[in-house]
Amino acid sequence: MDVNKVFEYTRYLDGIEKMKAAHVVLAEYAYTPSLPEKGYTNRTLHVDLSTMKISEKKVDEAMKKTFTGGRGFGLKYLWDAIKPTTKWNDPENDIIISPGPICGITQYPGAGKSLVVTLSPITNIPIDSNVGAYLGPLLKFSGFDALEIQGKATEDVIVVLEGVKGRVTIERAPLESVNSHVAAEQFTHEYAADEADRRNVSVASAGQAAEHSLIGCLNFCYYDVRRKVTRLKQAGRGGIGTVFRDKHLKALVVHGPQVKGDMNRPADLGRVQRAGVKLHREMHDFDDKMCTMRKVGTTNIVSVMNAYDLLPVMNFQYGSHPDAKHIDKTTWIRKFTQGIPDGCWYGCSMACAHGVDEFALRTGPYQGHKVIVDGPEYETAAGCGSNCGIFDPHWVIECNFYCDTYGIDTISFGTITGFVMECWQRGILDKERTGGLELTWGNGEAQLEMMHQMARGEGFGAQYAGQGVHRMKTMFADNGWGDRQLLDDIALEGKGLEQSEYMSKESLAQQGGYYLTNKGPQHDEAWLIFMDMVNNQIPTFEDKAEALYYFPMFRTWFGLNGLCKLPWNDIEPGDNRTANTPQEAAKVPEHVQNYVDLFSGVTGREITKEEIIAMSERVYQFQRVFDLRMGKGTRQYDKAPYRAVGPVTREEYESRQERYDKQLTDWMKVDPAGKSTEEKMALHRAYREDRYQKLVDAVYKRRGWTENGIPTLETLRRNGIDFPEVVAAVKPHLK
Amino acid sequence: MKYLKTTPAKCKGVRACEKACARTINKSDDPAKSAIRVTAKDGVFEINVCNQCGACIDICPVKALSRNKQGVVMLDRKLCVGCLMCVGYCPTLSMRTHPDLREPFKCIACGACARACPEQALEIAEK
Ligand code: SF4
Ligand code: SF4
Repeated sequence: MDVNKVFEYTRYLDGIEKMKAAHVVLAEYAYTPSLPEKGYTNRTLHVDLSTMKISEKKVDEAMKKTFTGGRGFGLKYLWDAIKPTTKWNDPENDIIISPGPICGITQYPGAGKSLVVTLSPITNIPIDSNVGAYLGPLLKFSGFDALEIQGKATEDVIVVLEGVKGRVTIERAPLESVNSHVAAEQFTHEYAADEADRRNVSVASAGQAAEHSLIGCLNFCYYDVRRKVTRLKQAGRGGIGTVFRDKHLKALVVHGPQVKGDMNRPADLGRVQRAGVKLHREMHDFDDKMCTMRKVGTTNIVSVMNAYDLLPVMNFQYGSHPDAKHIDKTTWIRKFTQGIPDGCWYGCSMACAHGVDEFALRTGPYQGHKVIVDGPEYETAAGCGSNCGIFDPHWVIECNFYCDTYGIDTISFGTITGFVMECWQRGILDKERTGGLELTWGNGEAQLEMMHQMARGEGFGAQYAGQGVHRMKTMFADNGWGDRQLLDDIALEGKGLEQSEYMSKESLAQQGGYYLTNKGPQHDEAWLIFMDMVNNQIPTFEDKAEALYYFPMFRTWFGLNGLCKLPWNDIEPGDNRTANTPQEAAKVPEHVQNYVDLFSGVTGREITKEEIIAMSERVYQFQRVFDLRMGKGTRQYDKAPYRAVGPVTREEYESRQERYDKQLTDWMKVDPAGKSTEEKMALHRAYREDRYQKLVDAVYKRRGWTENGIPTLETLRRNGIDFPEVVAAVKPHLK
Repeated sequence: MKYLKTTPAKCKGVRACEKACARTINKSDDPAKSAIRVTAKDGVFEINVCNQCGACIDICPVKALSRNKQGVVMLDRKLCVGCLMCVGYCPTLSMRTHPDLREPFKCIACGACARACPEQALEIAEK
């Protein structure tokens, strides 16, 4: 296609001068801008919306050593900000945005991420979410390693960071939209001097639905210089957008300096450049043969998941569906505009941030508007599509759009909709109970209407769906609508967070990968399905436990440094599979070395591959203790709902009877002949639940935790996090 | 379109081109800062330099690469973010980097190398 094509989108810029003129500065803070030195600016910014006070904090060597940056800084600041009794909507709850030391380099793919940490409304424990777009790097190049937002304003305000001028303001901004695709465009245009300057502005915003639900996401934007439109990327998980709106924040605007290739002032630019060029070349040589990320992004795996019976279909009842072909890459390659460098930060040659251009909306307040939709990514296609029995790509795209602009996490929303649709299928919900919404499988319009209700703060959408599956299952049971046991079994959540979109029934390691996580069942800690189920590379409990030690620790490191996980293993060196054993190949050793080079090259601190794990483990164990401090973090909260572990219903069993019967023979040495489906299901349940508990034992041991999942004092000491407060948090549990 | 035409058969490995190029485009005597490179392979010299194909133009995230009136692909350092994607995606590996330099650099078909070459292995031509 013509990469300079002019796209026609609905614009929201009428009266923009008037909007800007209506701003009233409520508080102002002047500071001296500075660039990072070897990846760190060594200070952070703190904004208190209750007192309207803006101040700076210093970052010392000890903090960098223990917490590295990104998610580590976020957790440390959150720990300091809140008490064990704090609730998510208390003013002291803190939203911390932290980019990490490597973040902002332009030479290596995937280096523009920020980590957002807060006390989650949906889990009441810390949540961390990894988000692209330009805000994190621009924050750092404006002079700060992190930004904290605490307190609560009494009316809607915006926070503006002018990183060249050295000025931070809290402003009343009454006229701009709350919804993100509009807010991002309006604020970008207001604060950029001209077209060329727009890429130096990034806006964080949530949306209307984030206000009326617990699953609000936070959108970060960037200006796409080719399409001439603002794009959105999400800190999706755990309700961060809900906290943002609860603080009466309409937007956070960061206007930084024009980006150059050495703004981190790295210790060794050449080392960073060499790693970057090497990976760009791999992408050039192999992406078309490997994951086709540049063409279809993460949706490349829809068909793979479907083929291996791993695609969530109808609330994770099934793993494949004949109509999945309508929402797989063969569709997305046509829907996504091809040939535009679609990186969510400069230098991402993996370029998975695709979009559907000039999409005409059919429902809601923007009906008839032509917009760019950022995505869908795999999680959205699977969650809001197949998991709801929706295979019409139009509804998947429209759902994606409204989730983003309203500030809703598409993963939670997909898992929630799957759950309520199954409740409809089983008679737990009906038209009367939903207030008229017909939540039948495949009803894309009903799904959208449920979301519009969330945005308006009314009806079933706001009262039930927006509260998440954890609260819904209790409400439904309390209303006498359904059996508690069944509701517990089919609600895909752990610690209160909705599970992301992979079927884990046939992979024990992935059950652990989901439910033995710090924040709840999100696949960013470990994705072991292929190693475990398809390739059988980690057969014993100890092997699985080792994988559930190594991978969560390794992957935590991306979040400490402001990196994207995808360029680690969604592209591989050409000889990765031949030069390494399969178990080693899964780690992509050459890319791990690249990360060593990046960290050492930026910070000047020489590290090894082993230190990557050590850096992560300090933060990982700290986060586990933090969960404990907030009242979770023990074995009972590492439970998996049975739908994630095995077949809950007769239909599920019988749909894969051959597989399950064979497992009875092979695993349990039981002859299935003559047994009823119910008897066979009961045998499976006992076996599978026991197997999960054995895995939990093995993983706890490997992670240095007690049988109840508590990090021992020795584990804290080994990790250098045996600070008095941390020890005090675990001590009562160690008796 | 203007470009630098090479005739490797005439090359004797004098490498005057590398010096002239480095001096012209990077004000340096370091041949590692030259956009044109001469390498010896089995006694035969190979000349690697940009052929102005323009594949890099569409790769650039910030539109820092474009053709000038003569058709030569030019890099605008003011816009460039130094991401080096153009380096990795150059079909002939003729976009260059150097650790001293934030932005990559390439042949601008200025002809300084052709003037320096004693063997007439290089010339500015049209295609
Ligand atoms: S791989 Fe995709 S998500 Fe990751 S940095 Fe690149 S464009 Fe962003
Ligand atoms: S290095 Fe500069 S010219 Fe090359 S692709 Fe990146 S921004 Fe464009």
